[in-house]
Amino acid sequence: MAHAHDSSPERPAILDKVRPAELPRSPLILNNRGFHWITDKVCGIVEEETPLWWKIMFGVALFVASFTFLGLGYLVATGTGTWGLRSPVGWGWAIVNFVFWVGIGHAGTLISAILCLLRQKWRTSINRAAEAMTIFAVCCAGLFPLFHVGRVWFGWWLLPLPNQNGIWPQFRSPLEWDVFAVSTYFTVSTLFWYMGMIPDLGTIRDRATTWWRKAFYSVLAMGWRGGNRQWSNFEMAYLLLAGLSTPLVLSVHTIVSFDFAVSNVPGWHTTIFPPYFVAGAIFSGFAMVLTLMLPLRAIYRLHDVINQYHIDNMCKIILATGTMVGYAYATEFFIAAYSGNSFEKFAFVNRAFGQYAWAYWIMVSCNVITPQLFWFKKVRENHSLVWIICLFVNVGMWFERFVITITSLANDYLPSSWGYYSPTIVDIFTFFGTFGFFSVLFLLFVRFLPLLPMAEVKMVAPQADPHAH
Amino acid sequence: MNERNERIHGVACTFRKVSDVFHAAEKVRDAGWKNWDVHTPFPIHGMDQAMGLPRSPVPRLTLLGGVTGFITGCLLTWYMNSYDYPLIVGGKPYWSVIFPFPVLYECTILFAAFGTFFGQFIFNRLPRHNHPLFDLPHFARVSDDTFMIVLEARDPRFHLDESRNFLQSLGGQEITVIRD
Repeated sequence: MAHAHDSSPERPAILDKVRPAELPRSPLILNNRGFHWITDKVCGIVEEETPLWWKIMFGVALFVASFTFLGLGYLVATGTGTWGLRSPVGWGWAIVNFVFWVGIGHAGTLISAILCLLRQKWRTSINRAAEAMTIFAVCCAGLFPLFHVGRVWFGWWLLPLPNQNGIWPQFRSPLEWDVFAVSTYFTVSTLFWYMGMIPDLGTIRDRATTWWRKAFYSVLAMGWRGGNRQWSNFEMAYLLLAGLSTPLVLSVHTIVSFDFAVSNVPGWHTTIFPPYFVAGAIFSGFAMVLTLMLPLRAIYRLHDVINQYHIDNMCKIILATGTMVGYAYATEFFIAAYSGNSFEKFAFVNRAFGQYAWAYWIMVSCNVITPQLFWFKKVRENHSLVWIICLFVNVGMWFERFVITITSLANDYLPSSWGYYSPTIVDIFTFFGTFGFFSVLFLLFVRFLPLLPMAEVKMVAPQADPHAH
Repeated sequence: MNERNERIHGVACTFRKVSDVFHAAEKVRDAGWKNWDVHTPFPIHGMDQAMGLPRSPVPRLTLLGGVTGFITGCLLTWYMNSYDYPLIVGGKPYWSVIFPFPVLYECTILFAAFGTFFGQFIFNRLPRHNHPLFDLPHFARVSDDTFMIVLEARDPRFHLDESRNFLQSLGGQEITVIRD
């Protein structure tokens, strides 16, 4: 096919004379900013005097994080009965929060890995922060299943080690798959994040004026010299890590969904779960990226490197994945109706019209209806509105996990054992505190590590093209 | 220190524009240099070809890591669930490649990622904090907006004055001798 037009005798002669028009592309860096400007901008964030807003936010974040420690401390001292878990709902907020936080993480890997393989150059200015978000979100997520085991000092039973009776973990359990998936995800994301940061840490090292700063960043930069022989290996390793992270990120939420799908609870036992969970994860993750990046962009005046084009793209991904999630909700109903299984049918009617209908409709309005506003350019250009819509998406995705986890357990096969689940104050404290814990980590990242990947942003600048004139 | 006792690492020159350093690199390659490098603040597209570098060997360690990971996963699950403490679950075989597949999959990715990550360090000879280049005062600008070509003394073509002149003919500025 590719050569068909060359040999075709009917090919008009004019085609050889005209040159194809250059398609206009939105510039990734506005105002023709040079390399030095990018270095100054990003290093400036790390090098400046600690700003007042940072100190205040850090204090608030620490205070909020203390709620998690209070909640978990009380739980460990008293027992998991202090959570709202009782028959028939044995998986309450802890699992909801775990899936919520793991899902948040997915956008980071999507931006850093999948968009890298797809050669989406706009990813460069947001990937570092999104990857940091991934790692910190997985830290928050990991707390919940760890403490959900009840006696947390037996948490090591999850690891492939024999317990005191010589019994090993059972690898037929999806929960054990989850241990491997989430810990691999955390490790590989951290390696990817750190490796990508090495050249930028080298830049901060080279600009350092105080000895402690020089020492700190020298150790982190590993003696990076930016020789092309190093870049060649670095680029190859970066590409390979992107290639490895892509199947990884798809597998992680797939395996998280197996926790549900492999059971035979009505409403959980469905084959649609893996793709549906992955789409939802990317959806919530992008909402979180925008929730974090819009304020940072305003505070640090990053408008030239994170411009409307970037925000547009992220809004469109949220729109696309939100629509996929809505489609999945509809498909679930269709499959339930089509299955001829009365328990499955009941599970879905019960979701929409049963005792948790309020949660179901919050989920649908936040996840399916709100993102549809992103069809309108005016909405995408109104950044306050974008930020608010993203908050709605975050709320909606938390409710999605709540609806899936709680409704199926509260009303399953035996009406005599139905129940109504409510969280306790300990649940609420623990979850509320994780936002503080996440913010503490993220604020430390903003303050001490390069927020934007300088080398990658420079690479997509027009003056980085060796054949440009 | 006595001038004669100092060993020379090489000579360096800087460029301000990507296209200049790119074309200069092509000329160094064509002159047959082997021990030299182009230091840049970011990877320049096509520079590997301009320098005549072979493909990076990192993927070999990625493959090695991936294969090791898959085998490790198999051995791990087989040993634990089928050999050391076999349990009958649902009348199924003690071990098959199917049920622990998520574990094997994750182990493959994990070990391949370790292979890649450490491969990058191994082939780049990092960490190394004492390189003679760090003594150049203007080397700090190379991680910002300046490009530098370094011709190393261990290359058989190296001759101090000729190499200096060569760099000058390429249009390099701030030609400096790097001492070990």
